[in-house]
Amino acid sequence: MSKYKTFRWDKPKLSYLLEHKTLWTALILLLLCIAGAILSTGVGSQFIAPLDVIKSIIGKGSAMHDVIVLKLRLPRIVIALLVGAALASAGAVLQGLIRNPLASPDVTGITEGASLGTVLFLFFLGGQVSVHWMPVAAILGAYAVTAILYLLSWKNGASPLRMVLIGTGLSAAFKSISYMFIIASPYFLANRAMTFMTGSIYGSSWEKDVYTLLPWLIVLLPATWLMARHVNVQALGDDVAGSAGANVQKHRLILLLLSVSLAGAAIAIGGAIAFIGLMAPHMARKLVGSSFGGLLPVSALIGAVILLVSDLVARTVFAPLDIPAGVFTAAIGAPFFLYMLYRHRNQ
Amino acid sequence: MRLTGLFLSFLLLGAAIICSIAFGVTDIPIATVFDSILHYQSSIQEQLIIHTARVPRALIAAAAGASLAVAGALMQVVTRNPIASPSVFGVNSGASFMVVVASGWLGINAMQPLTLMALLGAAISGAIVFVLGSMGRDGMTPIKITLAGASIAAFFASLTQGFMLSSGKMFDQVLVWLVGSVAGRDMHMLVSVLPYMAVGLVIALALSRHLNVLGMGDDIAQTLGQRTAYVKWMASIAVILLAGASVAVAGPIAFVGIIIPHIVRYFVGADYRWVIPYSAVLGGVLLVTADIGSRYIAMPREVPVGVMTAVIGVPFFVYIARKGRQTT
Amino acid sequence: MSMLEAKGIALSYGGAHIFEHLNIAIPDGKITVLIGSNGCGKSTLLRALSKLLKPTNGEVTLNGKDLSTIPAKTAAKQLSLLPQGPIAPEGLTVLQLVKQGRYPYQSWLQQWSKEDEEAVQSALRATGIEELAERSVSSLSGGQRQRAWIAMTLAQQTDIILLDEPTTYLDLTHQIEVLDLLQEMNEQDGRTIVMVLHDINLACRYADHIAAVKNGVIYAQGAPSDIVDASMIEEVFHLKCDVIQDPLYGTPMIVPHGRKKAK
Repeated sequence: MSKYKTFRWDKPKLSYLLEHKTLWTALILLLLCIAGAILSTGVGSQFIAPLDVIKSIIGKGSAMHDVIVLKLRLPRIVIALLVGAALASAGAVLQGLIRNPLASPDVTGITEGASLGTVLFLFFLGGQVSVHWMPVAAILGAYAVTAILYLLSWKNGASPLRMVLIGTGLSAAFKSISYMFIIASPYFLANRAMTFMTGSIYGSSWEKDVYTLLPWLIVLLPATWLMARHVNVQALGDDVAGSAGANVQKHRLILLLLSVSLAGAAIAIGGAIAFIGLMAPHMARKLVGSSFGGLLPVSALIGAVILLVSDLVARTVFAPLDIPAGVFTAAIGAPFFLYMLYRHRNQ
Repeated sequence: MRLTGLFLSFLLLGAAIICSIAFGVTDIPIATVFDSILHYQSSIQEQLIIHTARVPRALIAAAAGASLAVAGALMQVVTRNPIASPSVFGVNSGASFMVVVASGWLGINAMQPLTLMALLGAAISGAIVFVLGSMGRDGMTPIKITLAGASIAAFFASLTQGFMLSSGKMFDQVLVWLVGSVAGRDMHMLVSVLPYMAVGLVIALALSRHLNVLGMGDDIAQTLGQRTAYVKWMASIAVILLAGASVAVAGPIAFVGIIIPHIVRYFVGADYRWVIPYSAVLGGVLLVTADIGSRYIAMPREVPVGVMTAVIGVPFFVYIARKGRQTT
Repeated sequence: MSMLEAKGIALSYGGAHIFEHLNIAIPDGKITVLIGSNGCGKSTLLRALSKLLKPTNGEVTLNGKDLSTIPAKTAAKQLSLLPQGPIAPEGLTVLQLVKQGRYPYQSWLQQWSKEDEEAVQSALRATGIEELAERSVSSLSGGQRQRAWIAMTLAQQTDIILLDEPTTYLDLTHQIEVLDLLQEMNEQDGRTIVMVLHDINLACRYADHIAAVKNGVIYAQGAPSDIVDASMIEEVFHLKCDVIQDPLYGTPMIVPHGRKKAK
């Protein structure tokens, strides 16, 4: 078994099996993230060399570079990485849970729930309550739609097929309702809501965005990773998982909650950025296979890279226009997705 | 028996249209409604409202409702999927994206080219979903085609939103249209899309006998001597004409295509020679009635009728999804 | 006393009553085959015996204890079920599949112990698919794929293995291969095997004990040569037949009658 590395300790009793390929893939992706982040930070209306970026980050840069790098650009870069990773992980969990590689927060209503939460917040409380509370509204929306979805899908347990069918229905309805409130809003709020529904990380800051999202991910990502073996056994079908002693319905609920929390937190900060939750796990599966322990971290890293690149393209190619990153992820996401599906249609 | 039912449905549609003309922000006595049809005088303000606003609106609602319902019925039998409909499978969102691009970017405002763009969009997205959903060894499973449809819908919705944001033009108008609305249209718009709808409906009626056979499954239909590919192609063309034309005139109205065929099958069974005409008439009734309701929800403001159908549609949708046998 | 027993169980599934009061004791260390016509509830019975369905009345006991009170993981160390036509997710390798059989033995910290590794290795060896371990399950032939799933249940290291139609979708060669494998597991390790089979002739050949399900009760049970005869087949399957002796194994073999008069 030279393809694997086994970790075993006696005290405390610990044992894990890791595939070399997964380790290497994750490591390379991590380096790619870091390199991409540094390069991307340098690109903008004023170009800053990668070395100067690094200098600023470690506190040895010039004052002018420090302002641009640390104050203006880096928060947005970090947010791209975090939001991308969270969306990708949410998608990976959901695909394991629904047992279908086409599932994602975008099609199960979670995204639309978060959008409606935000739109309602802007419509009823906009101008009265600080927009810092907007992420809370988004998360509440995501949870609310998930609760509705889960209750409506329950009939001797929540079956994946019912969750998908009902999710698409809820998604369509929530979208209409969001639009209705946007129509009734004054222009500046409508524009803001619309930007949110498309997904943009324009103008991210440390305090407002990074420090809000980071704690969520620090808790949720490891928690999700610990659920890996339950995801793996569920992937074999409810009967096999049940007969192997898994509490299928309980784990399904926990996984759903983890997925919504990850997606909700990411959407609250970055808006309804589409297709990362669909694309990243798909690519990860091609790289490291479908075993969830490896799939999750690799998906997260791929998601981070995708959003980093998308945002870079969205803010530079059409400059001075700052296109919402969500438009770009959808524009590359859908054709990519079609191609992947076509190539692997029989597997 | 079924014929009587159909006749009654027509009466219902007539009544709904008359109510739609009479009720609204200004209620108009039924007598005046008839009066304005029989001896029209443009100097009387009520009659002017009737002619320029209420009548076109009612007829557009009836035509769009009929088209969407028939398109839904066709899709449900061809894909053998109870939740198939133009909105769920992304056909509407493809059509609306093309319309937004055509009017916002290319500056097209004439109804005729816009309709053609909508048909093109419907054809593109419909083809993608159909091919995507039926790829692979196990063919067109409900979960696969549903997810494919939802993904395509999400894709076109993102593009549409991004486009609107970056162009910044006609924000409100386009949005109202994006939810689906039949308000503020004139007769001319209906006249431009009516031929497409009529052709679609005729194809659907002509196909109905073949759909009964197709409904039993591809293999059985083929062994019975049906050229299934031909039937499916014709049905797809009809769906594109019907859905594309109704999106062009009324926007992507959701759920009509899903609700009506189910109600119809409940009453008349799965014989498509009856399902198609019944769907057309009752689809009209549903949308005209929903449109009347939309005027009263937030009086004096109007709610776009697409929101109404979505709100009516969700419980129904949930019911169908729960009723369906488990296939995974 | 048998390890696995159903005592007066009642079950309804999707609104329909399938059993009102069914009793069965599974003989230890034997191969038991459940037969019956389509929709008689064989699979439902199997699911009830494996804790996947909880009877509305009566109880299924494992070593004399009510199965529904035994924690899922504890039960999963004693009995396993292989459902009909299971589907592995895309890209899953044979090794990853078989590893899942160790689920009831694992915890947050213990995910690949020495015992896990040994159990998986011996399951792969017993089913003869060691060299396929790195292949993806979906690339295997039908017979190999079924052996991979059986290896997964073997890795679970249970005394009792329940299988729902383990030979469906397999050609005759692979049906025999799978049944031979199960017989070997029974003879070498003394595992109790309970399965649903549609082919009565193969059932008679491989079973030590046959239970025929009809109208929600066990209509007949016992050794194949004791209970399988023309009248029983007619009662259970509504099929007229002659029963002759299998020329190779001496077990009962049914020859069904058709509409045409026999020569």
